[in-house]
Amino acid sequence: MEAVSNGDAQVDSVLPADGGRPARRASRYTVDAFCAMRPRVTFPRMPVSVASSSLIYDCLKRQGVRIVSALPETWLVHLIRMADDDPEMTLVRLAKEEEGVGISAGAHLAGVKSAMLMQNHGFLASVNGIVSCAQLYRIPLLMLISHRGEFGERDPWQTEGGGVTEHVLDALRIPRARLESPDHVATRIAKAQTLAYSASRPVALLLCRDLMWEE
Amino acid sequence: MRRLDALRALYPELERCVVVTIMGAVAAELQSIGHRPNFFYLQHAMGLASSLGLGLALARPDVTVVVLDGDGSVLMNLGGLTTLARYRPPNLVHVVFDNESLLSVGGFPTATSTGSDLAGIAAAAGVPNTTTVRTLDDLTTSFAAALAARALTTIVAKVDAVGPSGYVTDLSLLENRYQFARFLRESQAKEGQ
Repeated sequence: MEAVSNGDAQVDSVLPADGGRPARRASRYTVDAFCAMRPRVTFPRMPVSVASSSLIYDCLKRQGVRIVSALPETWLVHLIRMADDDPEMTLVRLAKEEEGVGISAGAHLAGVKSAMLMQNHGFLASVNGIVSCAQLYRIPLLMLISHRGEFGERDPWQTEGGGVTEHVLDALRIPRARLESPDHVATRIAKAQTLAYSASRPVALLLCRDLMWEE
Repeated sequence: MRRLDALRALYPELERCVVVTIMGAVAAELQSIGHRPNFFYLQHAMGLASSLGLGLALARPDVTVVVLDGDGSVLMNLGGLTTLARYRPPNLVHVVFDNESLLSVGGFPTATSTGSDLAGIAAAAGVPNTTTVRTLDDLTTSFAAALAARALTTIVAKVDAVGPSGYVTDLSLLENRYQFARFLRESQAKEGQ
């Protein structure tokens, strides 16, 4: 009981009021109190490229994209924040990436351009929707897929997906291009979207490590 | 309550809405009553009808979107209920026909047959208005209330596990898709005049 009380005290001192929100009130046995008792976790610096994210986001805007569906992952944090901050963009935060196929299909049938932001594992989790909604009904999908698990990947859990993503895209006959440097971004996104609409089919842009990760 | 009778009861109201159905019995039965250009039948991709409806509702806030879903499909995309609830489009009515089975593949019982409560799950996900109905009168009353409320509503309609003898109709998938998109485009053009 004493430890929990100490936890409460720590919550007040460790967690400051957050951006204008009222300070979180802690009571005994709450998650806040429990978290405050745990050792402080220091997250490593996340050198995701703001400049590349801006280039990609500006290109989506220029291409007329008005709805972005997304499920967060490290490499996409800036892109998602940019969509969230933009009053002209509707950001749809998903529980699972496959929902984004339905959202893009609905938006397309209603005449609105959209894009999907996801990790390659999210693409792998969306395959049935891509095949039996987007391909079956000839829906142009603009999929921006962070391509984790290639050379340089330190997270062991990303490595299997990295090895199969391009093979799965090829098996699905989804045209793909790799974005590896800033000068790839504008032209390849624009051309991919052009093909998506002329073919009425999904296309994929792989956001690669050299573009997204600065270290 | 038979689903075919439930669809007949809702049919007059569907004329002024944009309708997305799931595959199988719902699509075949609605077509048997009479296809309209504002009806889209998602003949596969189980679970995504509600997501497609959300995309439509966000893209076209001026139209009322009705999603005619089923228990088997909703159970495949329960997370989608949390996304629906998160954006809670006021112009979307989500009707779930719950026959407690996967009828078109032989009638295997779904989890709603052992007590899973889809209206309860939708409410817990944050859908503002939810109800379960068991009679045609209750269905038409709650559907009219949902249209009038202008608030995201999930209506779970408990129906008998009976359906048509076949599911393939003479409306091709792509014909339906392009006709539906054209309907939406023209309805927007008319509104702009």
